[in-house]
Amino acid sequence: MNQWKNFSKGFFKENAVFVLLLGMCPTLGVTSSAINGLGMGLATTFVLTMSNLVISSIKSLIPEKVRIPAFIVVIATFVTIVEMLMQAYTPALYDSLGLFIPLIVVNCIVLGRAEAFASKNSVGASIVDGLGMGLGFAMALTMLGSVRELLGSGKLFNFSIYPEDYGMLVFVLAPGAFIALGYMIAIINKMKKA
Amino acid sequence: MATIESSLKNMLLTLFVITAIAGTSLGFVYKITKEPIAAAKAKKQQDAIKMVVPPFNNEPGKEVMTVTSKEGLPIKLFPAMKDGKLVGVAVETASNKGFGGDVKIMVGFKPDGTIENYQVLEHKETPGLGTKMATWFKTDKGNQSILGKNPGKDKFTVSKDGGDIDAITAATISSRAFLDAVRIGYESFMENKDKIVKGGAQ
Repeated sequence: MNQWKNFSKGFFKENAVFVLLLGMCPTLGVTSSAINGLGMGLATTFVLTMSNLVISSIKSLIPEKVRIPAFIVVIATFVTIVEMLMQAYTPALYDSLGLFIPLIVVNCIVLGRAEAFASKNSVGASIVDGLGMGLGFAMALTMLGSVRELLGSGKLFNFSIYPEDYGMLVFVLAPGAFIALGYMIAIINKMKKA
Repeated sequence: MATIESSLKNMLLTLFVITAIAGTSLGFVYKITKEPIAAAKAKKQQDAIKMVVPPFNNEPGKEVMTVTSKEGLPIKLFPAMKDGKLVGVAVETASNKGFGGDVKIMVGFKPDGTIENYQVLEHKETPGLGTKMATWFKTDKGNQSILGKNPGKDKFTVSKDGGDIDAITAATISSRAFLDAVRIGYESFMENKDKIVKGGAQ
């Protein structure tokens, strides 16, 4: 597999949210606005890339029976680092995402890529895979966040598009996340078949 | 995949080394970020105080007084002084009656108890409904604004409960919690007013 294919598969062919349906908890939880989706996506990208890098470079040193605990420790370390950095340097973003950051530890995408890709491939390929998968995830979250923010509160990245009073509140709430995600998956499936 | 045998010794050793490295690097990052985190928190508090009381030139963050309300909630009183004279008190107050848990706000009172301004610090209310409290009670429309009102004179409950304040549309519970927090803050301020004024005279 060449590196470009390796990178781009995360956006469309194997998109974590729209195709693999992994990591649904942060997907549905944080995407009430586009900026939240983007922030969560980028935080996940960082964790995914770093954990792929570390795991692929130490893969031959880990006995097979304890590989999952070892992966989890690596992932949790990076998540905690992200959390502390966010708290220190982007307090506003931390305020809106704080609750969900620790959940990246149990995000199936991160462990999934560690197990399915990083533990079997070279360091370089694993970094590319982590970046691609992470940015694909960020893209999906931003799209979902944009749709929900636009329909729900009439804004896009906090810029007012139309008066908030006309927004459909349900899209900001949890059920709206399911509805919007459902339609987006349907559209992606249709595009894939065409 | 693994080239190392899964013997007890190997497993213990690997996990030990990995957790030790993880622990060390976390401690390192914690040390670097400790000060910026504290600074960010202090700045947030400082900004909130600045917003809710008239201009001051002391350091309210350092002269904070922590009291316990009748409900058992910790309330923080930040006296704002200009040239040694009390111009207002920013009260960090809370209510546990919110729709999604605690509602934490910073309310600024003038020395006579009139509300200068407020800011919502923390809450878990419904996005799009209860979250409107950040601006609703500042908007001069009908009876929804609390600015310039005095909890000692006006009835600080929602109009549905016979009070003087209009609740947020479709978020009566959040509105009640908000006003409850304001009332608790006011009471704590009034109870400790003498101490604050005395402290300022020194």
